[in-house]
Amino acid sequence: MSRKASPKAGGKKVFLRQLDKLLPLIGVIVLLSLWEFSATSGWISEVLLPNPIATISELWTIAFRPEDSLFADFITTLARTLQAFAIAALLGVPLGIMLGSYERLYRSVEFLIDFFRSTPASALIPMFILFLGITDWNTVVIPAFAAFLAIIFNSAYGVMNARQSRILAAKVMGANQWDIFKDVLFWESLPQIFIGLRTGISIALVMVIVAEMFIGTDRGLGYRIIQMQQILNVKDMYASILVTGVLGYCLNMLFRWIEKRTVHWSGR
Amino acid sequence: MLNIIPSPTMTTTADFIQVQGLCKSFEGQVLYDDFDLTLPQGQIISIFGPNGCGKSTLINLMSGLIPMDRGQITIAGKPLRRSRIGYVFQNYRETLFPWISALDNIAYPLRVQGVPPKERQRRVEQLLARFDIKLDLRRYPYQFSGGQQQLIAILRAVVAEPDVLFLDEPFSALDFEMTLYIREKLQEVHMESHLTTIVVSHDLEDAVYLADSILLLSKRPTRLVQQVSFALARPRTPETIVDPEFVRVKSQCLEIFREEMRR
Ligand SMILES: Nc1ncnc2c1ncn2[C@@H]1O[C@H](COP(=O)(O)OP(=O)(O)OP(=O)(O)O)[C@@H](O)[C@H]1O
Ligand SMILES: [Mg+2]
Repeated sequence: MSRKASPKAGGKKVFLRQLDKLLPLIGVIVLLSLWEFSATSGWISEVLLPNPIATISELWTIAFRPEDSLFADFITTLARTLQAFAIAALLGVPLGIMLGSYERLYRSVEFLIDFFRSTPASALIPMFILFLGITDWNTVVIPAFAAFLAIIFNSAYGVMNARQSRILAAKVMGANQWDIFKDVLFWESLPQIFIGLRTGISIALVMVIVAEMFIGTDRGLGYRIIQMQQILNVKDMYASILVTGVLGYCLNMLFRWIEKRTVHWSGR
Repeated sequence: MLNIIPSPTMTTTADFIQVQGLCKSFEGQVLYDDFDLTLPQGQIISIFGPNGCGKSTLINLMSGLIPMDRGQITIAGKPLRRSRIGYVFQNYRETLFPWISALDNIAYPLRVQGVPPKERQRRVEQLLARFDIKLDLRRYPYQFSGGQQQLIAILRAVVAEPDVLFLDEPFSALDFEMTLYIREKLQEVHMESHLTTIVVSHDLEDAVYLADSILLLSKRPTRLVQQVSFALARPRTPETIVDPEFVRVKSQCLEIFREEMRR
């Protein structure tokens, strides 16, 4: 390969730049090697940490088996996360925009929002259980609440901190209040709203997993992880953890992609 | 299409814009105290003065962007809220709407005035043809160069046939070449439409170049030191700056300005 490229000036450089794209893989390979090494060398007992090959082949076997498949739990968790997120976004964005548009209204609830936003949502789980009982509802309502706080805060903040210059420009062109809101203010705050949405979906996933672990449900990745740990089926546990990570990563990437397409002007 | 329709209340063109007894203070600092100004129709008027003397504030007041403390401003005999204003802000980057195409930006004033889409498109196209604009305006504003963005901002300001066009330091963010280009386009717009145009400038040469008259402002509290007229025929060209009349007016302005700064 290098011989082929060498006659061309800069061919080697191009090749090296191509290689640079593989850099992110290095961390993954290092981690997998460490994992493999610690598992096979006997540093860590196989009961606690099976080797990566075993874990991944376990993943294959449990992924789509007819009964108790990992896929079914994956779908359950994904559905709960999306439901929680949808509730949070549908309430949080309009309310946040409203709060941001009426600064005095925002000031009057600012402390509440800041307080609950700073309180770890997990601390509120017992309270929710009191109100909702130990039901599946908790796995959606608690995450929705936590995501809602992030979304409402960022939406309000985005509106309040919208730069005045474009609003003035619209005003001088004869735009009325409603025009200004829908043509300028909304768009001006959209980048910040997206920050809220992206934070919201991450929080939603975290809280769905936590809620599934500790609140009476018998489905979902969180439930599966804790269940497999209890019965010492560690291969299944690690496989479930891996899938949870993949889910979180994919949600994050999906949102970044949507954000980049929607807020195409951001940072320019 | 940029022709000004004379309003029935307007008696003469000499007092097209009238500022009477204007007062404006910021946080107790008096900027304008009983300030009067009369400007004619159809001219380009440059406003020149020291930093912080209130040039931007003056055109913001005249365009109704900020409220006055006291006084009265009329354009074509109409109160401000009934006049149509075109305004080009100092920073084009922060006043074009990056979420819509350049074309939609230019059409925006027509949209808020309720002009139907077909008519909007027709008028924008007519404007573009008139000024021989060959840019692909379906792109977003940030995909254009600085000068092109400033041009888009100017087109947006004139598309709705305003009574007055205000420009706040339109060249300050542009390099020399773009300044020449925009100056040329502004002159074209003006020669086509005889739109009353008020330009704030901190560069004396820019201020004199396009102007029919130059307003020289003092330090605050701001007074009108003198209104100098410059009657050279249009179109003015790059050679204008060596024209004896241009040189004379420019040095006259400079002299008055120096005199004023010494006080
Ligand atoms: N919104 C405001 N609040 C308080 N002070 C203000 C405000 N706007 C302007 N000023 C003050 O009024 C004075 C005039 O400001 P203005 O921007 O009109 O000056 P300018 O002549 O345009 O200056 P420059 O040449 O720097 O653009 C300045 O001293 C400024 O600090
Ligand atoms: Mg200024």
